Amino acid sequence: MTPRARLLLALGAVAALALPLVLPSNYAVNVAVMILFSAFLGQAWNIAGGFAGQTSFGHVVFFGTGAYASTILHATWGWNPWLAWPVAALAGGAVGLGIGALAFRAGLRGSYFALVTLAFAEVFRILANSAEFTRGGLGILIKADARAANFQFKDPASLYYIALALVAASLAIAWWLRRSRFGAQLAAIRENEDAARALGIDVLRAKTLCMGISGAMAGAGGTFYAQKYLYIDPSIAFGVEKSVEMLLVSMIGGAGTVFGPLVGAIALGFVGEATRALTSAQGLGLVVYGMILVAIVARLPDGLIGLFARRIRRRGGRDA
Amino acid sequence: MLEVRGLTRSFGGLKAVDGVDLDVPEGEIVGLIGPNGAGKTTCFAAIAGFVRPDAGSVRFAGRDVTGHAPHLVARAGMVRTFQITQPFARLSVRENVMVGAWLRHGRRAEAEEAADRVARSVGMGAMLDMRAGDLTVAGRKRLELARALATSPRLLLLDEVMAGLNPTEVAEIVGVVRAIRDGGVTILLIEHVMQAVVSLAEHVHVLNQGRIIARGTPAAIAADPAVVEAYLGHGAAARLAGGGGGG
Repeated sequence: MTPRARLLLALGAVAALALPLVLPSNYAVNVAVMILFSAFLGQAWNIAGGFAGQTSFGHVVFFGTGAYASTILHATWGWNPWLAWPVAALAGGAVGLGIGALAFRAGLRGSYFALVTLAFAEVFRILANSAEFTRGGLGILIKADARAANFQFKDPASLYYIALALVAASLAIAWWLRRSRFGAQLAAIRENEDAARALGIDVLRAKTLCMGISGAMAGAGGTFYAQKYLYIDPSIAFGVEKSVEMLLVSMIGGAGTVFGPLVGAIALGFVGEATRALTSAQGLGLVVYGMILVAIVARLPDGLIGLFARRIRRRGGRDA
Repeated sequence: MLEVRGLTRSFGGLKAVDGVDLDVPEGEIVGLIGPNGAGKTTCFAAIAGFVRPDAGSVRFAGRDVTGHAPHLVARAGMVRTFQITQPFARLSVRENVMVGAWLRHGRRAEAEEAADRVARSVGMGAMLDMRAGDLTVAGRKRLELARALATSPRLLLLDEVMAGLNPTEVAEIVGVVRAIRDGGVTILLIEHVMQAVVSLAEHVHVLNQGRIIARGTPAAIAADPAVVEAYLGHGAAARLAGGGGGG
């Protein structure tokens, strides 16, 4: 890392830590929490979709698995949610390994893989809708009891710092992938599977493992969401909207880059808030939001990060 | 080092490779030549584990590797390149070569150093930071070579590394390949360009319609009527032998 990049990173970290102190309202802090959370889930998608090039349309399945795992342990079995949290990550990771092994063993790539992940998410949604232990379509309510020991908070700033820690951890994982042998294997697989194989890479194993990591992250995100809203149901936990959001923030920011999902989440967060504030007409905000998305995707195939990287390269720098 | 016996692979009704026997002694450069569609690339793919042979065996360094997955064959020390170059297009040349180097090096600094060294040895020292997708054809051929070489192979299977290059570039690659062999790596070379093989290989096998039709030194091969006919068509050998008198 260049000294300049180090400085920028340190400044960013300080600003992120100080942010809740300067934001004017609880609402604003809440928006910041949702942006960070979106960045975290986007990074989970980015590990598989960006770094390894395995574009999934159904990443919500890991999020939902995690959300249900910890919520059932907590609300039905009386576990402390902090203890249930790692179990949720493991559950998400296990589902990631399972879907990865099935899909990759069957040789599914590209749009076929994307469709299969979408189908898995739908299957999980339907199962959650009909099963007894998920309480079907009613969903599961977590009893409000705002104590930190209970993973519930009165002030949104505490949630903000937890979300920030999640984002920091996800950035560390992405950074490790940029530097490590495993990350190099994933990049090689993304670019050309046959060539990767010829150079001794166990493609099936690497892709499956990467889905496991990605699934564990999304699963951990599920617990955070459930503890924030104290309620989940099948369409929240396994609905296609979250899958789309995860891949959008990553692609808008720059898929396969360390900071892409964070940049994308901030950009989308601001666009979302701005369009909501500018117009009160029902649905018009969403139309503007959609148009901006189309413009970004059409004009910036490498995402917003790609735009910065091009600038830096033109000025003669490298390693953006 | 490499012993191939009775290797056979069909696609539909066509026997692309039909009972091929092939030996590559350690430390040599062995050529596998033949006209277009003779089955050379399929033969390579079957040896390196990319397609499963229907029959026959492949022994590498004393071990049976018949039908083993490509990554296992590569880890054992037998690495192929591709005729149609397969660069990791959006990665830099250095990152491309590092993918190979990571196979034998666990630490990033070591892998990077090994990649730089290998890239320089094939004449790509000045291109390390270029995107692989921006390389010329000659650059891509070198990259194929560098990436495979970075895995520290014992046997390199080179699939037409000279096709599509101009005579100057061919001469350069010939030098590079020879240097690789002198560095202790055994080489099996598929080539369409006769001249390149003649100047490099100690032994040549000629493949036609899936079968080995001749083997020997390059000089002996070039004089073999069966080989001449395979390349130039039926009756060509007789016409050539007639010294042009028969037209």
